[in-house]
Amino acid sequence: MIASLSLILLCQLAGEVFVRGLGLPLPGPVIGLILLLLLLLMRDRFAVLARGPLQDNGVESASRGLLDNLSLLFVPAGVGVVQKLDLIVHHGVAFLGVLMISVLITLLVTVATFLLASRLLTRERQSP
Amino acid sequence: MSDNPFSLWVYLSQSPLLWLTVTLLIYAIADAVSIWTHRHPLANPVLHSMWIIGAFLRLTDTSYTTYFGGAQFVHFLLGPATVALVVPLYENRKVVTSAVLPMLVALAAGSITAVVSVVLLAEAVGLPREVVLSLAPKSVTAGVAMGISESLHADPSLTAVAVILTGIFGAITVTPLMNRMGITDFRARGFAVGIAAHGIGTARAFQVDAVAGVFAGIAMSLNALVTSLLVPLAVTFLLR
Repeated sequence: MIASLSLILLCQLAGEVFVRGLGLPLPGPVIGLILLLLLLLMRDRFAVLARGPLQDNGVESASRGLLDNLSLLFVPAGVGVVQKLDLIVHHGVAFLGVLMISVLITLLVTVATFLLASRLLTRERQSP
Repeated sequence: MSDNPFSLWVYLSQSPLLWLTVTLLIYAIADAVSIWTHRHPLANPVLHSMWIIGAFLRLTDTSYTTYFGGAQFVHFLLGPATVALVVPLYENRKVVTSAVLPMLVALAAGSITAVVSVVLLAEAVGLPREVVLSLAPKSVTAGVAMGISESLHADPSLTAVAVILTGIFGAITVTPLMNRMGITDFRARGFAVGIAAHGIGTARAFQVDAVAGVFAGIAMSLNALVTSLLVPLAVTFLLR
């Protein structure tokens, strides 16, 4: 458990160092994610790597534990929003309306594009 | 025994212990209610935890800084949780690699729509320029969005508010919207909510379906990259 968490933190740390070191406009944890993915894929190829957190579902179950409670992690930032209600009241209903309509449009456009693209591609694959 | 209950309160209200306990306890209750309602969209645990804790802070006249002293331990885990998203991605890698092309097309369409729609709508209703700029990165995860907002000389705290509201609203609407449209492809549903409503949407997707969660996580990560590049471009083209 501790070894698995350390591995996750280590990947994040390496990601932060990489991003800050090169001055890239990327979130460090995303690079950490790619690193851990490479580690997992390499473990499947080379049995030598299957040690410590990389064996017996170690890092997998620690990650699942974190993700099962992903919603909780947004609560502290969310409480910050409640503290800034005056900002929302100040900008009025227009502010909320614009956000809501934009979210709906984005959801619909994204889902439609995804379905359309995947349908076109499978049809192409089926026809010789 | 402390002879003065007030001094006990003064001590506790300044310690991280109280606020960490409050955060976990309120969330545990909100999550139990969410499970009890079979994950009804309106029983969103983030939404209800945040207003209950917010009201509690108002009532006890506690500053957000004091609260965050305890809540930061939870907030910190957002980074490791992002890294942890790799595990469902790894476990579903076959489904993911077979859908790379639809994902890229939907990523392009979705990120552009997320930025352009909010900028145009905000302009149309006559919101001030600074507010329009603060809203532009609203569909990406808070840390990245606030960075974008800062680089545009907008108001990062207003951006944070917009980001959280967007996430909550996306998480609440996605299930009823997709069900009404009759969309049963959980890859597409997850990907859409990850683009539109970042991590809060992704958390919702994981509650509904594992594959939806995986695609939402990928969409959220990719959108953070694309939007950082897109917002400055969109702003120069749309706001002259």
